[in-house]
Amino acid sequence: MFGYYLDLALRSLKRNKALTVLMILAIAVGVGASMTTLTVLHVLSGDPVPGRSAHLYYPQLDPRPMQGYQPGETQPMRQVTWIDGMNLLHAGRADRQALMTGGRVAVQPENATLDAFYSDARYTTSGFFPMFGVPFRYGHPWSASDDESHARVVVISAELNNKLFGGRDSTGQTLRLSGRSMRIVGVLRDWRPNPHFYDLTRGSYNEHEGVFVPLSTSQDLNFDHMGGMSCWGNAGGGLHPSHTSTCVWLQFWVQLNSPAKVAAYKSFLVHYSEQQKALGRFERPPNVRLRNVMQWLDYNMVVPGDVRLQTWLSFGFLLVCLVNTVGLMLAKFMRRAGELGVRRALGASRRALFAQLLMESGVLGLAGGFGGLLLTFFGLWLVRRQPDGYAALAHLDPTMLLVTFVLAIGASLLAGVLPASRACRVTPALQLKGN
Amino acid sequence: MDIAPIFASLHKHRTPVALIVLEIALACAVFCNAVFIIGQRVAELGMSNAIAESHLVVISVNGSNPDTARADIPRNLAALRGIPGVTGAAVMTSIPFGQSAGVDGVSTGPDSQVHPGASRYMLGEGGPRVLGLRLLKGRFFGPGEYADSTLRGGMMPNGHVVIITQSLAQRLWPSGHALGQQLWVGSEKHYAVIGVTADVARPGSSSIGRGSAHYAVFFPLAPDPAFTQYVVRSAPQNRQRVLHAAEAKLHTLAPNMVIKGQTFAQIRDQAFTATRSMAWVLVLVCLVMLTVTAFGIVGLSSFWVRQRRRQIGIRRAIGATRANILRYFQTENFLIVSLGIALGMVLSWGVNLYLMKHYELPRLPWHYLPVGALTLWLIGQLAALGPALHASRVPPVVATRSV
Repeated sequence: MFGYYLDLALRSLKRNKALTVLMILAIAVGVGASMTTLTVLHVLSGDPVPGRSAHLYYPQLDPRPMQGYQPGETQPMRQVTWIDGMNLLHAGRADRQALMTGGRVAVQPENATLDAFYSDARYTTSGFFPMFGVPFRYGHPWSASDDESHARVVVISAELNNKLFGGRDSTGQTLRLSGRSMRIVGVLRDWRPNPHFYDLTRGSYNEHEGVFVPLSTSQDLNFDHMGGMSCWGNAGGGLHPSHTSTCVWLQFWVQLNSPAKVAAYKSFLVHYSEQQKALGRFERPPNVRLRNVMQWLDYNMVVPGDVRLQTWLSFGFLLVCLVNTVGLMLAKFMRRAGELGVRRALGASRRALFAQLLMESGVLGLAGGFGGLLLTFFGLWLVRRQPDGYAALAHLDPTMLLVTFVLAIGASLLAGVLPASRACRVTPALQLKGN
Repeated sequence: MDIAPIFASLHKHRTPVALIVLEIALACAVFCNAVFIIGQRVAELGMSNAIAESHLVVISVNGSNPDTARADIPRNLAALRGIPGVTGAAVMTSIPFGQSAGVDGVSTGPDSQVHPGASRYMLGEGGPRVLGLRLLKGRFFGPGEYADSTLRGGMMPNGHVVIITQSLAQRLWPSGHALGQQLWVGSEKHYAVIGVTADVARPGSSSIGRGSAHYAVFFPLAPDPAFTQYVVRSAPQNRQRVLHAAEAKLHTLAPNMVIKGQTFAQIRDQAFTATRSMAWVLVLVCLVMLTVTAFGIVGLSSFWVRQRRRQIGIRRAIGATRANILRYFQTENFLIVSLGIALGMVLSWGVNLYLMKHYELPRLPWHYLPVGALTLWLIGQLAALGPALHASRVPPVVATRSV
């Protein structure tokens, strides 16, 4: 039966080629435009650490003076000061925790054929690697005692290892960073979380560090700080922020494995703020937040507004294309009223006619899906040529490939329902008489 | 022309009519809003920036030695001024449309409830003249004011005077008496306003809301490692040559630094690439959508004409001219499209309300609606022309065939 219906559908579509092509094109451009924007949105709003993100939280405090404070409205700072970061780190109330900030180091290869170059760096405590599930190719992360002893150790990215050591196991080797010798203890596998959730001040997409250095060591060696910094009073930052200044420039992340621990940690933050206020360091009443990864990304609105806007417009466009297809199918099916009348007179049920007609829209949808896929590839290629940081990430993954066909076939079947049900209602006697 | 029979006929074919009306309405809503957004983006491309853009090249110098900066900067500037064709050179901490830089909450006093964010520009001596700042009130900085203002590793200069842009002056002192007032940064530092300039754009201003895109404060500053941008002025036709010469000069003076030069035109161009590409995407979407809509109308109208061949034949047989038939179908299309436009206006307005709420878009000005309506009427008439001509050629003899 399926084969027969398919045959009927193909014959019917071949009969009026111009109309068929028109319908397929309308579905294809609609699907192509919406899938291009949807893929970009999907890539940009993805979970950077799947499986872990629900347990990773970003505590926020508010150490600013009273000026400008509106109870219930003012959001706390987006980063922490050195003093608060160290206090929270040493309190150790979470399952895992890490204090970190961004930076830049000059990599000075021993190999004389390579010039020195700048690499983005992350200065962090050792909790970073187990907490974020960072995969290692060679070696291992540094330990908490390395943090304590300000050890001159470094973990490098797979990319940097390829560039400097041709991908060989480089652990144990010495690397010169901004004039200092460091021992390589670990080499990462390819690890590029997008968005760059743990430090959004360095740009949200397509940012990844080549070098990871213990936070304590980076401060000893006066490595350059890079990234967002907010100060109040007359504090200043520059490349080497002072540890006692009234500036926030570090990120503090915690892992909390159960809702009870989240609640307990939140009350710990309130308690900490009260204690700091009693000490005279804080002026404002406790103003804290504890957001998980996805909430944090949402709060920071990392997905560019333009991308969402384009998605809305392209779905509006798809709707126009669909209504258009409904109209054209209606025209096509109604034109075949005579043929359908004959079929009814010969004993075909309304259901059978309906199924035949829907098969036709399904075939249109499949063809439109292929067309839409080609247009999506073209659209994404255009997006990738844009200079925005996220543009390079715009690739179609298997999920979105499937979505393309589901969208195309689903949409065209939906578009076929109204015309098909109208066409099935022909009165066989009238049609036969008319002919 | 009597439109009563048209209405009667439309009433009989409610489903196809409703479909075209819906399609036109949706197209109208998307089109009006897309054109509006395109208009917004194009306006952003022309964002005003009252400096001598066409005369400037900017060379950013990174990685300089902080200990020798005080001596290096005057030496570098002197070398740049020595290049033939250069009419001035100065240093700045950041540049309009460049990388985002420091933003301060500024106010008229420590108790003020209004503290807009304003970008902080620090200028070396000669900066205002090289940039071509247009002074509206007051004066530029004197040599002593540059020398007295230092950072000492802090964030805010310890001088006592600033120049602010006109937009910021309007925001803080709406009555117009900014000159001589104290501009407060936070609750401790304050500076006397000695000048007001025409609006200069902020760093990163292509991504800042239009209302605050010109909030900027200029501070004088003695030579300091914070100066990373060398601004070199020349006649527009010498720009490229001066750019290359200046880069080469700085390379020889400071061999191990990261040096990158651009003309100001390039900087502006780069700052708005995303804006421009968004506008082009929207133009493309509009064009394809209108084409699809037009073909949809063609398809349905031809079906309609074919369905009514006999009726057309009868009308022709009892005396209707070809022009009558043509006009009948064109009028019918006009009525349907008008219905769609009426619905589309309401939809456009609704979509705009949603976008206003979620994407900080301003209200859709009313004149975009007639533009959308005219476009759709025109497209409707053009699309219906083919089928209508076809209909007018139906011979009267059709009326007599098969009953």
